Amino acid sequence: MASYSSNEIRAGYKVMLDGDPCSIVEVEFVKPGKGQAFTRVRVKNLKTGRVVERTFKSGESLEAADVMDMDMQYLYNDGEFWYFMHPESFEQAQADENSVGDAAQWLKEQDTCVVTMYNGAPLSVTPPNHVVLEIVETDPGLRGDTATGGTKPAKLVTGAVIKVPLFLNVGDVVRVDTRSGEYLGRARD
Amino acid sequence: MDHLARRAQLYQQVRAYFSGQGVLEVDVPVIGRSAALDPNLESLAVDNGGQPFYLQTSPEYFMKRLLAAGSGSIYALTRAFRRAEQGRLHNPEFALLEWYRLGYDLQQLIEDVLALLKTLLPEAQVALHGYAELFERHMGCHPLTASLAELNQLVAQHTSYRGELSRSQAFDLLFSQVIEPRLPAGIQVVTHYPPEQAALAQLARDATGREVALRFEVYLDGVELANGYQELTDPLEQRQRFAADQGQRAAAGLAVPAMDEKFLAALAQGLPACSGVALGLDRLLMRLVGAQSLAEVMPFGWDAL
Repeated sequence: MASYSSNEIRAGYKVMLDGDPCSIVEVEFVKPGKGQAFTRVRVKNLKTGRVVERTFKSGESLEAADVMDMDMQYLYNDGEFWYFMHPESFEQAQADENSVGDAAQWLKEQDTCVVTMYNGAPLSVTPPNHVVLEIVETDPGLRGDTATGGTKPAKLVTGAVIKVPLFLNVGDVVRVDTRSGEYLGRARD
Repeated sequence: MDHLARRAQLYQQVRAYFSGQGVLEVDVPVIGRSAALDPNLESLAVDNGGQPFYLQTSPEYFMKRLLAAGSGSIYALTRAFRRAEQGRLHNPEFALLEWYRLGYDLQQLIEDVLALLKTLLPEAQVALHGYAELFERHMGCHPLTASLAELNQLVAQHTSYRGELSRSQAFDLLFSQVIEPRLPAGIQVVTHYPPEQAALAQLARDATGREVALRFEVYLDGVELANGYQELTDPLEQRQRFAADQGQRAAAGLAVPAMDEKFLAALAQGLPACSGVALGLDRLLMRLVGAQSLAEVMPFGWDAL
């Protein structure tokens, strides 16, 4: 297995910690002038999403995690698994509920997602930052009310519920930021 | 660009201080035949054909050879090099002010450092602490009587390190990660270190008869700024410490450089009683201009090379 020395790790490196694949978020070099050097890092556990702090002695070895981010197209959901396909190799991957997590509410067929693969299987799925989705459920629109700034909940075709302006109706297509769940505007096409 | 001018002014202020004190400025080589033996310092090698030479981790050995040759009190405003030390407060090459005062004991040298800093930071508050008292206050046990198991327990309790450390490593981690951040702002001087942390300082007995190192550190707003010793002058004890360093390096799987025999010969010839200190000028400049990282005050930070 490949490994890194604690001196060479940088933000973004993927390492194994306590048996789980983790991503390095932040690295700080700590050393008293005449003393032992340490590397203090903040790491995100890629399975649980939890961020913890760890400290290593300079020169300690960390096992590299066999983790790779791949751009893949979302195909469909069969009720149990979500299926993704690599656009060039046409290789498919099936992700379970655990690894898809909250991303499920944004997944629209043919959108390109980042699938984080670990030991050949999806570990997590990151939807595109911006998605375009149709409203399937909301209270009737208040015609002409584009100025008051009020909002109402709206359910999107993928299942997500977001806040939209009062004038929107079922069938309208909206752009949404998946990181915040924020309504960005109407999609016109 | 402002920082260039402030740096130039800082160098002038330093030179004016020592000129007023009658301390001689000396130039010493940054390239030497010897690599640092300190287990926590790595030297950068220089290829000049044949045996490698090394960029010096501090001007200490050359300056002590001058002292032994009769230079009197001296200072050097120089560059020092430490391999793979890089971060917000570290750069592999940095500006170091190092000076030695003949006949000064630790306390006199501390007064000297504070006098210099007073000319640069007249408004800064100053406080002195004994290492043991500070450690005891924050860690709840005395550093000289704590067992290794107790120290490792404190490491597990207060830091995110998982594993076993040596006494000295535990002191380094607990002090830098737990105590330093709790130091008040201003100039904080910490004196009388555990004997494991003596480096090239003389050992002495404290009031209770325990062995301590005649060493001090100066912190400026929680950042380590200077490290000083009442200097070890005994050539035999120096050779013993070098041998111990070599043993530690071998045990840690590090390269084991030879002892600097010319430096040891100078000690044998007679290093006059003196105290010496090294002060990081880039970190001092950071504070003077309100910067958060060394890279901001260096004309060319490591990533700009």
